Amino acid sequence: MISRPRREPGGLGLRPPAGGIGARLRAILGIDAPHSEATWDELEEALVAADVGAATALELVEATRAQVGREASAAQIRGALAGEIRDRLARVGSGRFVLGPAPAVILVVGVNGTGKTTTIAKLAARFKGEGHSVLLAAADTFRAAASEQLRLWGEQLGIEVIAQRPGADPGAVAFDALAAAESRGSEVILVDTAGRLHDKAQLMAELSKIRRVIQRRLPEQPRHVLLVLDAVIGQNGLAQAEAFSQHAGVTGIVLAKLDGAAKGGVAVAIADRLGLPILFAGVGEEAGDLAPFDPAAYAEWLLGS
Amino acid sequence: MFDSLSARLQAVVERLRGKAKVTEADLDVALRDIRLALLEADVNFRVVKDFVARVRERAIGSELLTGLHPGQQVVKAVHDELVNVLGSEPQALRLDGAPTVIMLVGLQGSGKTTTVAKLAVRLRRQGKRPLMVAADVYRPAAIDQLVQLGDQVGIEVHSRPIGTPALEIARSGIEEARQRRHDVVLIDTAGRLHVDEPMMDELVRISGAVTPAETLLVVDAMTGQEAVSVATAFHQRLPVTGLVLTKMDGDARGGAALGIRSITGLPIAFIGTGERTDGLEPFHPDRLAQRILGMGDIVSLVERVQETVDREESERLAERMLDARFTLEDLRSQLRQVQKMGPIGQLLGMIPGAGQLAGAAQQAVDDGQLKRIEAVIDSMTPAERRHPEIIKASRRHRIAVGSGTSTAEVNRLLKQLAEMQRMMRQLGSRGPKAERELGRLFGR
Repeated sequence: MISRPRREPGGLGLRPPAGGIGARLRAILGIDAPHSEATWDELEEALVAADVGAATALELVEATRAQVGREASAAQIRGALAGEIRDRLARVGSGRFVLGPAPAVILVVGVNGTGKTTTIAKLAARFKGEGHSVLLAAADTFRAAASEQLRLWGEQLGIEVIAQRPGADPGAVAFDALAAAESRGSEVILVDTAGRLHDKAQLMAELSKIRRVIQRRLPEQPRHVLLVLDAVIGQNGLAQAEAFSQHAGVTGIVLAKLDGAAKGGVAVAIADRLGLPILFAGVGEEAGDLAPFDPAAYAEWLLGS
Repeated sequence: MFDSLSARLQAVVERLRGKAKVTEADLDVALRDIRLALLEADVNFRVVKDFVARVRERAIGSELLTGLHPGQQVVKAVHDELVNVLGSEPQALRLDGAPTVIMLVGLQGSGKTTTVAKLAVRLRRQGKRPLMVAADVYRPAAIDQLVQLGDQVGIEVHSRPIGTPALEIARSGIEEARQRRHDVVLIDTAGRLHVDEPMMDELVRISGAVTPAETLLVVDAMTGQEAVSVATAFHQRLPVTGLVLTKMDGDARGGAALGIRSITGLPIAFIGTGERTDGLEPFHPDRLAQRILGMGDIVSLVERVQETVDREESERLAERMLDARFTLEDLRSQLRQVQKMGPIGQLLGMIPGAGQLAGAAQQAVDDGQLKRIEAVIDSMTPAERRHPEIIKASRRHRIAVGSGTSTAEVNRLLKQLAEMQRMMRQLGSRGPKAERELGRLFGR
């Protein structure tokens, strides 16, 4: 596979968003004096610009206001706001992914184009690097060349991929993979699924079915159901998280493509309203471009350190 | 239009109902709700600000239109301004050059490859001989994906061995097109971040070498606030000529389009819906305006229905529905039509107020269940279908056995039919406007 020309990643592999919320906040909070009503409006706006959503942005600002006094300095406001964001993410378990004992089945779901397959490759590389034996299931039997895509990753990482012909039943692929995992003693099984829009009843039903197939074979599984969200997404992310949660039992979120300029602020709303933890951050297209989600670092990054 | 607003906008209308005169204070409250509605729809926050300011001017300046309540007037002002910004219906694709080169660009996962196939199919239907060029050399199996799509639809794909740079593939693609007399070349490029300088540089080089007649930026309908920056960045570096807004069969409101259009002036060339290669629609500004405001896409539904429903039958049906004489015969014929049309959820979702009217139907109905309902109806006698009130216990049992279902299902169907009739009676009693809307729904 050809590598893209590399560019410099920032800190955590995350680049500070160019301009955007950081610059605005620095401009808003640049002076060390008490602030007016307009300041709070502008703060709210800056959060909205990060896709946090109008309702959550308002709540964050109100909560911050309640904390700081009338004479609060820029630094204090910033600190309080970062704290609010961090807390909402942290208290639902963001960044705390525990694989658990073998076998660990991880079902990866999401709408079309969010980066599920690439995320699976990254997770596979990570777990293999930690010394686990990994198996991949190419249960996206719908999209053209989806299993080829996963197979290429498998080749690159030296990890086996279980696949069937296009159009095969995805549940059957998952089942096969579990059987193969058992005979090989694989510790981690990652199951790729086709992208699907969350408002399509039939497709969501299919996902429930895949999950049931896994459950029937291994009653405590899938232990993890990870929803991959594109960081560029807007408020529809909430609807997605809700629907996938309902039909697939999402246990956590991977926020992908954070190396773009989008901040993925809808994740804050998702954690806050739906109680779903953000477990990983995707920051590129290479197998190593995955970091455990760090609520404090994210909050700082969101506000522009 | 006003029967089907999102809850937030309904509130705007309700709050101002019955007021003879709207004060500026009233207006500001309404505009705050509208601002929120637009932000919820992912319209860029700066664009929302300007937009609301313009609507305010428009609403204050205008006289109260007859027939509209003040709240409705405000919403109408918003709707009209949206349509105004979204622009007129698009021109046809520029098809100059021999061959015509159309390049598709955009972020990762936006739907470029699928859109290339959809465009190719559309152009072929228009009598062209398209060639698709697989110039995404980075994403594993991207070339395979386009080749497989090409096989599926019977359209040729130009590809080169792994390791060939994208620029060279684009060039050789055009060369092949000339030699084999393809008149349109569609170039699929790798998804890339607008902030990725080296990748954007590459795209600029490709564009310079192939001089496309059209450079289409493919944008996911669920893109959030960053949409404007993305479009601006691509537009600044490349001769972007239009947008394709994809995954519009989802429930994302698509406000990103308004932001992009406002700031860059780029026209929306197409709307992508669904993963099948027939899922490409022309852009209609009024439909997108309604969607951004949270209304149902009644026009799309009417068109779909018109494709499959016999006109006379639908007129007759509309009359019967309004008279609440809607029987099981009618339901069965509707179910058959609906099965031809496509996933029921999608269609019902397009009906404004579907939550109310179609609620009863919606409960029973997903694609699998349609057949069971049809089986139940088939097991009835014509008399029973026309006068379901005669279906007492023994008949229900017979019907259940005959259709291979259960008396519970038969009971449920009859109950739902009664509910639908009740709702239609209500709808019918709302007067000529409702009748008109229903009529449009069924192709009158």
